[in-house]
Amino acid sequence: MKLNRSLIAVILISGVLGTSCLKDLDVKPKDPKITTSATVFDKPEAYKQFLAKLYSTLSLTGQKGEAGAPEISAPDEGTTAFIRGWWNAQEVTTDECINAWGDGGLVEYHGHIWSDNNDYIKLMYQRLFINISYCNEMIRAVNDNVGGLSGAQKTEIDAYQAEARFLRAYYYFCAMDLYGNVPFVTEADKPGAFLPKQIKRADLFKYVESELKAVADLLPQPGANEYARADRAAAWTLLSRIYLNAQVYTGTAMYGDCIKYANEVIGAGKYSLHGKYPELFLADNDKIKDEIIMPIASSGASSRSYGDVTFIIHAGVGGSEDAANTFGIASGGWGGNRLTTAFVNTQFADPSGNTDKRAIFHTAGQTLTITHPTVFTEGYLSAKWKNITSTGAQGGNSTFVETDFPLFRLAEVYLNYAEATVRGGAGGDAGKALQYVNALRTRAYEGASGNINSGQLNLDFLLQERGREFYWEFQRRTDLIRFGKFTGGSLLWDFKGNVMAGVSTDAHFNIFPIPASDMLLNNNLTQNPGY
Amino acid sequence: MEKIYSLKYGLLLLFVCLSNWVFAQSGTITGKVVDENNLPLPAATVVVKGKSISTSTDANGFYKLSNVPAGAQTVVISFIGYKNQENPVNVSGAVSLNGQLEPSTLALNEVAVIGYGTVRKSDATGAISVVTAKDFNRGAVNTIQDAIVGKLPGVVITSTSGAPGNTSTIRIRGGASLNASNDPLIVIDNVPIDNTALGGSANILNTINPNDVENITVLKDASATAIYGARASNGVLLITTKRGSKELKLNYNVTTSLSVLPKQVDVYTGDEFRDVVNKVYAGNTAVTNLLGTASTDWQKEIYQKAFGQDHNLSVSGTAKNLPYRVALGYNNSDGILKTYNFQRTTLAIGLDPSLLNNHLNIHVNVKGLYNLNNFAEQSAVGNAINYDPTKPVYNGNTRWRGYTTWTDKGNTNINGDPVTLAPANPVAQLDLTDNKSTVRRSIGNAQFDYKMHFLPELRANLNLAYDYAKVFGHNNARDSTQWVYIPVVAGGRLSNYEESRKNQLVDFYFNYVKDLKAVDSRLDATAGYSWSHFYREGHGTSSDIKMTAPQPPNDYITEYYLISFFGRLNYTFKDKYQLTFTVRDDATSRFAKDKRWGLFPAGAFTWRIKDEDFLKNSNTVSDLKLRVSYGVTGQQDLNNGNNYPYLAKFTVSDQTSRYQLGDTFYNTLRPDGYDANIKWETTTTTNIGLDYGFLNNRLTGTIDYYFRKTKDLLSIVNAAAGTNFAATVLTNVGNMENRGLELGLNAVVISKKDFSWNLSYNISYNKNKITRLSLNANDNTIIQVGGISGTFNTIQAQKVGSPLNSFYVYQQIYDSNGKPIEDAYVDRNNDNVINSSDLYIYKKPDPTVQMGINSRLAYKDWDFAFSGRLSLGNYNYNNVASGSTYRGLYSSLGYIANQTKAAEETQFTTALKTNMSDFYIQKASYFRMDNVNLGYNVPKFNKLKLRVSAGVQNVFVITKYKGLDPEISGGLDNNFFPRARIYQLGLNCTF
Repeated sequence: MKLNRSLIAVILISGVLGTSCLKDLDVKPKDPKITTSATVFDKPEAYKQFLAKLYSTLSLTGQKGEAGAPEISAPDEGTTAFIRGWWNAQEVTTDECINAWGDGGLVEYHGHIWSDNNDYIKLMYQRLFINISYCNEMIRAVNDNVGGLSGAQKTEIDAYQAEARFLRAYYYFCAMDLYGNVPFVTEADKPGAFLPKQIKRADLFKYVESELKAVADLLPQPGANEYARADRAAAWTLLSRIYLNAQVYTGTAMYGDCIKYANEVIGAGKYSLHGKYPELFLADNDKIKDEIIMPIASSGASSRSYGDVTFIIHAGVGGSEDAANTFGIASGGWGGNRLTTAFVNTQFADPSGNTDKRAIFHTAGQTLTITHPTVFTEGYLSAKWKNITSTGAQGGNSTFVETDFPLFRLAEVYLNYAEATVRGGAGGDAGKALQYVNALRTRAYEGASGNINSGQLNLDFLLQERGREFYWEFQRRTDLIRFGKFTGGSLLWDFKGNVMAGVSTDAHFNIFPIPASDMLLNNNLTQNPGY
Repeated sequence: MEKIYSLKYGLLLLFVCLSNWVFAQSGTITGKVVDENNLPLPAATVVVKGKSISTSTDANGFYKLSNVPAGAQTVVISFIGYKNQENPVNVSGAVSLNGQLEPSTLALNEVAVIGYGTVRKSDATGAISVVTAKDFNRGAVNTIQDAIVGKLPGVVITSTSGAPGNTSTIRIRGGASLNASNDPLIVIDNVPIDNTALGGSANILNTINPNDVENITVLKDASATAIYGARASNGVLLITTKRGSKELKLNYNVTTSLSVLPKQVDVYTGDEFRDVVNKVYAGNTAVTNLLGTASTDWQKEIYQKAFGQDHNLSVSGTAKNLPYRVALGYNNSDGILKTYNFQRTTLAIGLDPSLLNNHLNIHVNVKGLYNLNNFAEQSAVGNAINYDPTKPVYNGNTRWRGYTTWTDKGNTNINGDPVTLAPANPVAQLDLTDNKSTVRRSIGNAQFDYKMHFLPELRANLNLAYDYAKVFGHNNARDSTQWVYIPVVAGGRLSNYEESRKNQLVDFYFNYVKDLKAVDSRLDATAGYSWSHFYREGHGTSSDIKMTAPQPPNDYITEYYLISFFGRLNYTFKDKYQLTFTVRDDATSRFAKDKRWGLFPAGAFTWRIKDEDFLKNSNTVSDLKLRVSYGVTGQQDLNNGNNYPYLAKFTVSDQTSRYQLGDTFYNTLRPDGYDANIKWETTTTTNIGLDYGFLNNRLTGTIDYYFRKTKDLLSIVNAAAGTNFAATVLTNVGNMENRGLELGLNAVVISKKDFSWNLSYNISYNKNKITRLSLNANDNTIIQVGGISGTFNTIQAQKVGSPLNSFYVYQQIYDSNGKPIEDAYVDRNNDNVINSSDLYIYKKPDPTVQMGINSRLAYKDWDFAFSGRLSLGNYNYNNVASGSTYRGLYSSLGYIANQTKAAEETQFTTALKTNMSDFYIQKASYFRMDNVNLGYNVPKFNKLKLRVSAGVQNVFVITKYKGLDPEISGGLDNNFFPRARIYQLGLNCTF
């Protein structure tokens, strides 16, 4: 019965195959780049790499350079970056920037005609909440594992947790500023199929405030942390900013608190204005420790993104500008962003740069007046951001720039102090306020010729001064809203309201809508008024 | 995998042992059984009357009866649906006896391949269509898709480009999936193959030379496909290759071809361009100074007349008792785009030994592919449209290798810095790019079909298969070229890649067939197990020519497993009523433990109405069969390389996504988005069909109605903000429906001795609708898809109530002359603002109705055939036209660019979102004459048969579409590689 035996053998073999191979279904990734969550923190260095991810999401878009492994999908991965999203929302919607690409989303931004379907509104919203989710995961990972670590290691990763909380507070600040009432998730909410609850803008303000105050005591002393990591001064600066805008966020002014935290930064004694304003925006600005409290780090070789300062520089270069030699981007500009006529005229009586050195404009071949938004040679160009060092050398890469983004710098603390004081904040000293403003003016004019007297220090002046000091540094929309000039008709600029001369726009544009995509998913959300 | 190999060798040994089985000394009877058309009848029962000696015929109709007592015997040959045949024979030693069976009723007796077995087509319960080699489109030698395009109702084949050897999308009854693959499962000689594109090699079906294919069977309804369970939602394409013949047969086939560009895109000539730039930019010397004095037809510069040749040599026969077929093929075709070339060498070996008195049938297949591609720089196609026609090809510069190049000093310094975003000189692109790949692939299997000696009704079938491939290639560009600026401006590019694929398969099943004469029934049961493994790894590097700035390598390893148990039961009563039940239980390693198993059942009923008494004697109705089926199939093919979508994991960044903290750059570690609960997408299909034949089957055909509903669509959707580690996540959301009607008709119009005319026609109608897209059933959910060139915009969207990939656009307003008014759109939501909330769903890319017509006329030694297709209800987004405006003539980056004449029609000068207008959604219905072929069969010369033929492929297209070609896979028309018109001469010799 040889045959029957072989038949039985066949059946047995197939039976064995059938059962033993079921284990194949539990296959784990073989790719060395991938680790399962269950084992990733077995190696302590993973915490630092994860911390680096939390910071890198300020400028980068994924795990494969400029494109290829994004966390947010978009036809152009560069549009998913935090800097680009925050910059477009804060600049293109204002008098500081008009774009030439004919990109529908940006046209809606500049004209104040956006809807809840605008892609840029969605991408920025997604970016903020992805970044918040990463911070939550870091906070959880530390909570889950910190017990098993030794003393020095424990201290170090506890510090990472404080930084994760700081970054989360910063992203929630952006969400509060842009969208007002947003979904709210903390480390208590594990990823999965749940629908977050919505938090009111004023409640979110309290949360951001309390988190910042809490971490301000946990973070390293001013200047004591590593390059590009947050310290107490970063938390204090952000506190002074949210208090300056508390009236907008909560309906209650808190100028005294703004002054208090501005004083903390100034009083730390670590910071002073950098000697030359233009150097703050050059390829070697990572060396500037006197004024920059916290930068977003850039590296042409190692941190590549089409949505960080690379975007700010390329998008603003074109026309007769020399991309390679003046801007250090031999691969060329993208001919998109320039200043509105109204901005130049209002802010700079002398746009030549001969008096106020902050007027870093390129005017050759450009008309001041903009009649066609899509014609790049209409409107002055900003040549403030460059991938050239203070000694004139080009950055290391002809596309991806070395220029850091100064996320917090002392000049803002000075102007916050001055404005809170003018607005009657408790503890403000008018003399100091004038002194701080004139310190900026002196630097800008390279002497006292531009200094003002106490009579000139009023709110209108301060708004303009912030424009001169911070244009293209994503402050403008927040500033205009605080001054009541973002919507409405009290300040007009070319193509505000999608009309060349500019028209009044509706107040509901002071807050962006919750993107339609998330409204459709999350039944807990109520749309902002007017959308 | 070791266990598979050891199993393979173990079994081989086992069979070697079995073949040594000792037989008693007596007579043997061998022979071949054929049907009324002289086609082999497999599985026919051959019995020595009054003795317990029996066997069945093999796949080629051969049988062997051993141990037959000497003397006068009667051999009875029987097969379901045929009359029994009794043959007296005098046995002494080895005798031969062939049989030809006559059908008991007039029926279609073709054998159809179904999953894990074969069935007579007349017994098939599912909706299946077969095309055999003799019906292939004549002269279509490059791809299998070309050979069957237009032949099958419900099957839409669209080539994605005109490059020789290029890929096609195949859609059976429209797509059933949203983000998962919509490709049908392709099974070659019982080996399901991996359908993901092989890096570098465009077409997965290129592995197979169309000349080696015997027939192609398409399984359409769930009753037919459910045996493939989780891989079958989009239908199954079963390809069976040619087998060895009884007699030695040699065949040589050669085809030479000449490809030409049928039509150029209508752009401004040099003079026209000078006129229009001078008109639009009158007085703006910054622009008009950029104009040159030449008149270059850039399209003429990049296209050529291209030659191709295709050779096939096959030998088939039977060596001793071993039927074999060996075929060698070689194809070398140039593309009409200069430098493009496709070379394919194929080897196919098929062996079909039968051992143990035909109880053990073995089928061994080895197929090899060696494919060389020169892909050229295909962006030259678009740049030939846009490059300034007033510039010469060469302008004598020294910095850009002499090729005219946009530099940032306009015309003033031809050696200046490049305008990297300006159109590239297309001639330079073709000349200076080296984009080649080599593909080596082999698919092989050994199938052992053993009929139990003690129980001949029971068969055990073991199929062991592999599919290994290796691709390597490079896409290099010389330095001093303006269009390569990453990582170093004008630094050129050295880019190498390689990929290996190792897929293995083990199938094992039992099949039991029993005639239950007492109750006039027949039972056919199959139960089996399948294991397959798909493994890929690859490596890529890229840098500038001087290797000063190497890019991070692109490395990957990924794999998954599928394990299945399956069964099928066919029950036939009175040869008239048939029931089929199929079930497959599938598991994939792509899903979590408690989600990975999916059970896919199906049932079908057929009624052979023709065999009822009231029709039995009808001469008018020669065949009539009703089929009804219902079943469930699945989908787990994620189409995006993500084999671990359920797993919580972290990914470390490459060297260019590091971040600096302190003095150190850290490779960042990111938690990835995932869905722990991801599971199968399931499709249920209901099918009602009728097979019919009239007038002694002079007119035959099928009609099918189907309704297919997919639920838990594997969709890439937005995750609620704050709930995941990616903004979009692959999850099971949404439902979709397809319903349709198919009609196939074959007519023998004339059937005379010297004159015959066969005509076939098919028409299919499909309606696709998305019925749900979000977990909370919110009908307003929009998923935007379909990125278009030139902007960050998308032009299509998925929306509940609309067909898949519908266009999502602004509604254009026209003036009284019907000319679109620049930047004027309908305010659809009446909020006095035109913004993204005014976009609306308008038309779709997929055809509503497709028809195919095929004709074959034979007169004496001449034959003439043509085949054509009509497509109705399909629309394209004409991206070539939407990218052509007066505004596009000049870029503030410092260059001027040619436009198509569509710019003249609109004369848009400044407006922003004109490319999102429904004006550019254009009707693209068409009729295409795919093939015309004339052949002459030279009268027989000894045993030599000779046929010469001449033909044209892509003969003409009738359409109102304004773009170059209305047939666009996916409906986004953006400068694709144009389809050539191909003139062919062929010679075929057989002896």
